Amino acid sequence: MPSPPQERALLPALEGTKFLVHFAQTHESFRQAELDSLAVYYNLPLEWVEYSDSSPFAIISLPTAADARKLIGRSILAKGVYTLWAHAEDYDTLHSQIQKQPHLFPPCQHHTFKFTVDTFQSSRSIKEQHATIASFSYLNLQGGISMKTPELHFFVFEEFPDRKNLGRIFFGLKLGDSDRDSVNRYDLKKRKYIGTTSMDAELSLLTCNMALCAPGKLVYDPFAGTGSFLYTASHFGSTTMGSDIDGRQLRGKKDRNVVNNFKQYNMSNRYLDGFTADLTNTPLRKARYLDAIVCDPPYGVREGLKVLGSRDPEKGKTPVMVGGIPGHLRPEYIPPKRPFGFEEMLDEVLQFSVDYLVDGGRLAFWMPTANEDGETGIPRNRRLRLDHHCVQTFNKWSRRLLVYTRLKDEDVVEETEEEKREREDKRGTADQLNGFRKKYFEGFKAQDAEEEAGKSL
Amino acid sequence: MKILTTNYITCAVKACKTSSNAFPLQFRDAELVQEELELNEEFIKNILPRIEWPALVQTAASLGFTTLPSTKPEGDLDEQMIKDLHTLLVETQVISGKLVCGNCQHEYNIHQGIANFLLPNHLV
Ligand SMILES: C[S@@+](CC[C@H](N)C(=O)[O-])C[C@H]1O[C@@H](n2cnc3c(N)ncnc32)[C@H](O)[C@@H]1O
Ligand SMILES: [Zn+2]
Repeated sequence: MPSPPQERALLPALEGTKFLVHFAQTHESFRQAELDSLAVYYNLPLEWVEYSDSSPFAIISLPTAADARKLIGRSILAKGVYTLWAHAEDYDTLHSQIQKQPHLFPPCQHHTFKFTVDTFQSSRSIKEQHATIASFSYLNLQGGISMKTPELHFFVFEEFPDRKNLGRIFFGLKLGDSDRDSVNRYDLKKRKYIGTTSMDAELSLLTCNMALCAPGKLVYDPFAGTGSFLYTASHFGSTTMGSDIDGRQLRGKKDRNVVNNFKQYNMSNRYLDGFTADLTNTPLRKARYLDAIVCDPPYGVREGLKVLGSRDPEKGKTPVMVGGIPGHLRPEYIPPKRPFGFEEMLDEVLQFSVDYLVDGGRLAFWMPTANEDGETGIPRNRRLRLDHHCVQTFNKWSRRLLVYTRLKDEDVVEETEEEKREREDKRGTADQLNGFRKKYFEGFKAQDAEEEAGKSL
Repeated sequence: MKILTTNYITCAVKACKTSSNAFPLQFRDAELVQEELELNEEFIKNILPRIEWPALVQTAASLGFTTLPSTKPEGDLDEQMIKDLHTLLVETQVISGKLVCGNCQHEYNIHQGIANFLLPNHLV
């Protein structure tokens, strides 16, 4: 079972307050949001000293080296963290900065060590690397080299921003690795049960980090499908619960299902339950017991967005009798479903979160920046504070991850009468303008068939 | 459905949400299974304050578990209490049967451990 990195005692040589974070050069716009979220979880005063989306290197400040190791130990988009001694644009400046801090040397001098030269967007021959390492001989390290298990691992990072010229050099000591290996562990290619809606491992893990999923917490996905977020929330220690309007998704086929995926990951004790339910007719008792809600809501009719009920609000309000017993009690009964607007559904998700999240609990979900009705707005609710808004861009479309925190009721500023009127006016006009419903219902012929089937049973 | 989950489940019919008869739902023809799972002490401690104790006692009793204290354990839990709660709440589940609403009498099916809370049209 995955567990947090071992709390090794830190050598005094590793202490510091400025740290180099080595990031993967991917999902750049999510990187700071992930670490900021982890800092909230660990209650650490993280500060960004240097950061750019175009560089894999960032400098942060934290009170202690142990804090830095803990924070990065849960990160998916960072690769590792280093106690930073110096950084400069050329070697002369780098060496003179290091030599201005001779008090750093003695704590290092009697431990086994190793040097690594790591070059970003260029390369160095072994000979060049050795020359670079030799230029640090003034550190006067006496502890002996250990290639496999060094007590101190010195790193020289060189960055070539344009692939031609050396831009920056960083010198530091390795503190710890991130949790990036988990991307491989939860890789969809290795997962026994997946479906067309499964979310890739890296983004699922990231989503759960931003939702502050952690040991002891209860996390819920109301659109769980094949369970992608359940596994990654449980990876971080949470107990998870999922539901879907389409129970076949959770049930899978034969031995390929959500329960067995939890077995595959050796986390069965962190899976509480899965059940079939419509979020807009939830069976969950209304009280604030959820620590986080993570999900990828259906974007539209084509992606299976539907709710219980008949298209015609007048129809089917009395049970249909079949052979003397009510049709809905027969085992093969399929309740009718009707189309529902995406924005309405998001409002439901937000209101649900307000009703069920504990104070400080988080809602994290994905939505396209546009769907079949055009640009989608960012939904708001006064009891939820929008903390992060990260965009992932593909060739033809883009989507965003929105992360909200449930505020304490006493911290909420209530809407004034005027604001309320304005909001309602706006909504009314929007509905008239986009002819949204009309379009929606036209595309829903297929669903009609299902509805008819439900009624005739 | 785990016993813990039943403490968070009520009738999906909107009109039943406010009725005290709708919670907890009552089991009918429940088939139980117990599966040994590693104890997660932190979770048990965190979830305890969020449990509706009388409802839990009622559900447990209806399934034949009558050893729960009648009031919620408070303060520092002893090891045995944590283990017992883990066994009842997380290791025990109903794999088939029905959950019935005491207010509207609607029955929800549990099949292969997965309960179905979808409503027929006349209850939406
Ligand atoms: C984008 S998929 C999410 C997939 C999931 N993240 C996974 O790992 O497979 C959206 C899911 O929402 C479900 N869904 C659609 N309408 C729903 C509703 N009203 N209530 C609950 N689930 C619904 C669909 O059946 C579908 O499985
Ligand atoms: Zn009911």
